[in-house]
Amino acid sequence: MNKDFEMVIGLEVHAELKTATKIFCGCSTKFGAEPNTQCCPVCTGMPGSLPVLNLQVVDYAVKAGLATNCTIASFSKEDRKNYFYPDLPKAYQISQFDLPLCSHGWLDVETEAGSKRIGITRIHIEEDAGKLVHVEGHGTLIDCNRCGVPLIEIVSEPDIRSAEEAKAYLQKLRAILLYTGVSDCRMNEGSLRCDVNLSVRKKGSDKLGTRTEMKNLNSFAYVVKAIEYEFNRQVAVIEAGDAVVQETRRFDPATGKTSSMRSKEDADDYRYFPDPDLPPICISEEKRQELASQIPTLPDERKALYQEKYGLSALAAEFLVTRKEIADYFEAAAALTKYPLIAANLVNSEIARLTPEEGTVPVAPAHLARLADLSGEGKLNSSMCKEVLSILFKEDQDPDALIAKGGFEQVSDEDLLRSMAKEVVASSEKILADYRSGNKKAFQALVGQMMKRTKGKGNPALIQKLLKEEIGE
Amino acid sequence: MKITEMSLRQLTGALADGQISAVEAARAYLDAVHEKEPQVGAYITVTEEAALAAAGQVDKARAAGEALHPLAGVPCGIKDNICTKGVATTCASRMLENFLPPYDAAVMEKLNAAGTVMLGKMNMDEFAMGGATETSYFHTTHNPRDLSRAPGGSSGGSAAAVAAGEAAFTLGSDTGGSIRQPAAFCGVVGMKPTYGLVSRYGLIAFASSLDQIGPLTRDVYSNAMVLNALVGQDKRDATSLECPVKDFTQGIEEGVKGMRFALPKEYFAQGLDPQIKAAVEAAAKKLESLGARVDEVSLPDLDAALPAYYVISSAEASSNLARFDGVKYGFRAKNFTDVESLYRETRSQGFGAEVKRRIMLGSFVLSAGYYDAYYKKALQVRTLLKQRFDKIFEDHDAILAPVAPTTAYPLGQKAQNPVEVYMGDVYTVPVNIAGLPALSLPCGKDSNGLPIGMQMIGKPFGEAALYRAGYAFEQNGGALV
Repeated sequence: MNKDFEMVIGLEVHAELKTATKIFCGCSTKFGAEPNTQCCPVCTGMPGSLPVLNLQVVDYAVKAGLATNCTIASFSKEDRKNYFYPDLPKAYQISQFDLPLCSHGWLDVETEAGSKRIGITRIHIEEDAGKLVHVEGHGTLIDCNRCGVPLIEIVSEPDIRSAEEAKAYLQKLRAILLYTGVSDCRMNEGSLRCDVNLSVRKKGSDKLGTRTEMKNLNSFAYVVKAIEYEFNRQVAVIEAGDAVVQETRRFDPATGKTSSMRSKEDADDYRYFPDPDLPPICISEEKRQELASQIPTLPDERKALYQEKYGLSALAAEFLVTRKEIADYFEAAAALTKYPLIAANLVNSEIARLTPEEGTVPVAPAHLARLADLSGEGKLNSSMCKEVLSILFKEDQDPDALIAKGGFEQVSDEDLLRSMAKEVVASSEKILADYRSGNKKAFQALVGQMMKRTKGKGNPALIQKLLKEEIGE
Repeated sequence: MKITEMSLRQLTGALADGQISAVEAARAYLDAVHEKEPQVGAYITVTEEAALAAAGQVDKARAAGEALHPLAGVPCGIKDNICTKGVATTCASRMLENFLPPYDAAVMEKLNAAGTVMLGKMNMDEFAMGGATETSYFHTTHNPRDLSRAPGGSSGGSAAAVAAGEAAFTLGSDTGGSIRQPAAFCGVVGMKPTYGLVSRYGLIAFASSLDQIGPLTRDVYSNAMVLNALVGQDKRDATSLECPVKDFTQGIEEGVKGMRFALPKEYFAQGLDPQIKAAVEAAAKKLESLGARVDEVSLPDLDAALPAYYVISSAEASSNLARFDGVKYGFRAKNFTDVESLYRETRSQGFGAEVKRRIMLGSFVLSAGYYDAYYKKALQVRTLLKQRFDKIFEDHDAILAPVAPTTAYPLGQKAQNPVEVYMGDVYTVPVNIAGLPALSLPCGKDSNGLPIGMQMIGKPFGEAALYRAGYAFEQNGGALV
């Protein structure tokens, strides 16, 4: 990373709304059906067919806006975005141009660098296009099942300054949409996709550089990789004395590189105009309030609660709440333990890591609570705790029985540990000398030896105390 | 009386009484089609077998004592931009020459449910763009009043068929005068309903905010009967509206006593054939003599309607016709090498010159940098014109105006001069811009014996008043053609 430059990033996120039917007709939105089995004259753009807006789409979009602190437009409309592409049967996409449903919102993200507010320019509704399938020997086929699936496009302000922030923003946004219940946000099914707009500039400058756009990234990891690659590429271009070209670039997950797709010169003029088939969308104050009243507890509320009630750090609390299923799990476990902070640490360090994205936790909350209690009571040390958890992940079972059977209990027998400590100190002259000459880290080597002798089950606090006594501190 | 000369009231009466069967009616009209088509050319497709089968069904149902719709068994023709399931719907374009819609338009569902008998699909200007039915990819339609002349357009086939007795009624569509002007040229009655009164679902769009389907008939009462069968809110058309009137023939005979008509002087300015001016003014006098009040008024900014219309209609058309790209249905050029050339070749070969002209015009006015100067301005004109009309309707029931500046002109005369054809829409487009209903009906003949049409323009949902006035005019010696 070049320290003289900073990156300026704006993100455009497309989220599929989880309505049962499409945005302008009654066809199902179910994922994974046989090609062209979920379409009708309307979504295939047959001559003479007309769109009729699914009002659930508006409700969901407004909820997404309310959950991201947006202003909701009382008067909005739908526009046609005209361009030719074989996956777009009408040769125009019904979207929103100058009067989006939601605008001027924000959300807060938490990174190692602290808390930051990222602006949301707008959220608008639009229809998805179909899918082109390239079949060897058959050329390109079109699957219209996805035509007319409702989307919201969420456009951020260019407030993001690092890949880490971008990822935190996406995770937070995803959490909010999941909490609000408007989207399943399944990235592997393409129901959440991200376009990255990135430019670089010298640190301290307030002028925006020329940006490039990377489209349709469907994993957070790709977003991070694409940003890192593109930042370095643009910096190299500038340092070589060249100018960055405004263009759309393709990110190749296999190579981790971006490459030019098309430049701005042949960019389309979409000739937006209000769709004459659709009357304007009017949202009354009563309607807005009704939808606001349906917004459930959001990640930030939970975060504040965890910080206050359990004494979690902002980062730890943020980490917990960004995955709703994880936060729900934590709350269930926290209610059953005397040591919720330990439970939080276990969830953040182990449960979140071991639970696949969009999966459920296979360990009963009561079992995690029990582990937290045992840990808090000094009966199970942290490495044994992790080991037990990894077994429970494979096969959930009563942790007490497992611990007894597997002999995972913490060794806190002071006499046994003291005799071990004496031996360790006696046989570690070199380490001791190193330690006494000021290398405080050398002490950990002694602890390590103790853990080895107790097969990892030693009580860490007691071991430290005894070692220090034996060293003579 | 010949079946093909009966009014709809007479025909439906005869069918209901069992004096004639639906098959006899269909047969009589099909005979007329066979006899006259070689000269007139009103149809693109004749569906003889299906028509006779449908008529047979009606007769069977009637024999079984089933309660039938008044229009059951009535032979009709449908403009070829209205989708008919399994029957070619071409928009008179090479682009859709072989297009078989997988569904029926909303109006076809209604007519089929009523038991009307479709004889076939009517010729028109390609994608309803034109004023003489001369832009049809297939053939020219001749005006039955004078076969050397144009029937008007774009619903020229629909008007000619009614005038020639080749259908008891037809459906047309009116985006800027496409029902009213051919009705005037052919001397028949055509109604352009209030925007939203008739569902557009299944009408292949030209300009979505202007298009309306409406009936063409030989007399006013018949027209009201057909409109009855077409109206009603359709949940598949977000712009369609509930019809406040149950039956347009109700009260149609009550006369014009006490009705107030406006005669805006802007409709009688230069460019209007003096014989037409005289005929419409005479019609105004006739209505006065029947007890109506007629006031000369002013409708400022009427001259802005035509340019605004061509901007709005072309803009919408450029987008509506973009779907005809050779990918999914209709014509596909053979000589393509990639997607880009597939589009280019298909659209170059599939569309005629007039359609291309409108697409280019529409794409231009929507382009970045021109939108505000053209499209946005046209929308402002639209708002302004609505207000101008509203003002007149504050104290009038209807406006009287000519339909076209000329009577039917010789075929081929204007084919090479699109702007002159556009100018011919000057009196009809304001109605579409403002979303109003207007009835076009004959009011005399010119020195060549050609029909002269006038239009009665109403308030939104004012169709009943127009029918009442039109009927009174027609019944009291209003020049029948």
